[in-house]
Amino acid sequence: MAAISKNAVAGLLQIGVHIGALLPLLWLFYAINAGRLGGDPVVELIHYLGMGTIRLLLLTLLVSPLAKSLRFGQLNRLRRPLGLWCFVWASLHFSAWLALDLGLDWSLIGEELVKRTYILLGFTCWLILLALAITSIPALLRKMGKNWKKLHGLLYVAVLLACWHFWWSVKSGWIEPAIYLVVALLLLLWRKNSVIRWMKSFGRSH
Amino acid sequence: MLIKTPARSTLGETQTTPEAAYVSRRSVIRGLGAGLGGLLLSGGASGLDLFGGDKKEAAGDAPRKSLNFSPQQPAPDLILTPEAKVTNHNNFYEFGTGKTDPAQNSQGLKTEPWTLTVEGEVEKPGTVDVWKLMHDIGLEERIYRMRCVEAWSMVIPWVGFELGKFLARFQPTSRAKFVAFQTLYDPEQMPGQRNRYIGGGVDYPYVEGLRMDEAMHPLTILSVGLYGKTLPPQNGAPIRLVVPWKYGFKGIKSIVKIKLVEKMPPTSWNKLAPNEYGFYANVNPNVDHPRWSQASERFIGPGGVFAVKRQPTLPFNGYGEEVASLYKNMDLRKFY
Repeated sequence: MAAISKNAVAGLLQIGVHIGALLPLLWLFYAINAGRLGGDPVVELIHYLGMGTIRLLLLTLLVSPLAKSLRFGQLNRLRRPLGLWCFVWASLHFSAWLALDLGLDWSLIGEELVKRTYILLGFTCWLILLALAITSIPALLRKMGKNWKKLHGLLYVAVLLACWHFWWSVKSGWIEPAIYLVVALLLLLWRKNSVIRWMKSFGRSH
Repeated sequence: MLIKTPARSTLGETQTTPEAAYVSRRSVIRGLGAGLGGLLLSGGASGLDLFGGDKKEAAGDAPRKSLNFSPQQPAPDLILTPEAKVTNHNNFYEFGTGKTDPAQNSQGLKTEPWTLTVEGEVEKPGTVDVWKLMHDIGLEERIYRMRCVEAWSMVIPWVGFELGKFLARFQPTSRAKFVAFQTLYDPEQMPGQRNRYIGGGVDYPYVEGLRMDEAMHPLTILSVGLYGKTLPPQNGAPIRLVVPWKYGFKGIKSIVKIKLVEKMPPTSWNKLAPNEYGFYANVNPNVDHPRWSQASERFIGPGGVFAVKRQPTLPFNGYGEEVASLYKNMDLRKFY
């Protein structure tokens, strides 16, 4: 009985994740058309998508430890949709920067990637999310076996990179990025055993 | 790297909107006023129309008066930034650090009466009534590019007069080497001056400076209006500086004092972050800001988010032919 209702709750939460990640994008679409993004809408758009990515990443990191401490294993079903939405938001953030800010000027894009460390950090984070998104295809998951877990532990790195990228990108005022970084560190601390196990897995022979 | 200095005729990346066109477009929109205008005002809280239109003044906006001025011949290669974007996208940290904060928080600024004091190395120091001055002095329109250090740009039809001609009235002495400007200091009216968090940590009052020859250059103006009417507070009412070949932050707003001095005066952004903002602040595509490239810029023109254009930044913002000689023996990487 309890198991069934927990399944139902997890199912509802899953729908909630999709709605929660999609609605702000629909709002953004409306805001662009209604001119609600101010005189320099490109920058507003990029910031909105970037902040959303960081929040989704933190939410993703919350799932496993929460499932464990609540003894609510079905919650882990939220990890995949959340992770994929992280990738969608990060890709939109990245594409807005490529296409709207830099106007797909590839030589400028290359130059900026190399010269601005905070952009390189963000790009690395996006590459990690890309790898995680591709390997979340179920067939690949089975095929990769233990290596899948190793690869997906990179989410810990991605979250830290995202916060660091935010920190170095702001013009003034370090308080907001600091809050996100502290939350990320607390979430990692909560699951420190998993993090340590993941790091040790690279030392072991296959 | 190839450094190109285009001739003046090749400066524009874009086409002009002739003044007649923008005036007639505005009158069409005004004509629709009662019906559509009301709809627009009730619909968009910000009143911004990113698809290229113009906005009527929102209900709470400070009233702006028409000015008499000699209009500029439509500049050959420039598209004007829509008025609503010029008045709703501002850096004026005295009213908050967000781009729309100044428009929201400055409407109560008391700009009338307003006096401007000129002192220091002048034979005839004095104080002028700015509102009387703007009616007595011959005003002219100057359609200038504006390049912000944050890598966005606009094209703005200012109304004003040459700073050099104005300063000449006070008879500068031979000891006058620099001009120091100061913004109004009034924490009661300016929340950013009361609270460091709102004001972005700037040491107020805001101060700026020019070398004497830069100040006397005919391109340098004191502006009292834009789009044919007096300045709104967020754009620096009632009188502000415009130096079109320098980054926007040199254009100090709501000026109360001008002092001619012998030594280079301190400037606000240089005090806050000297490695990022130099005294000269000449627009220079070859000298990056530490955190972004200055080689190109987002032009804020008509149209929405997908119409935003990235265009190359021109040396001295396109005014090199007129002003490059002022810096001929200087290393502009060092004196940025």
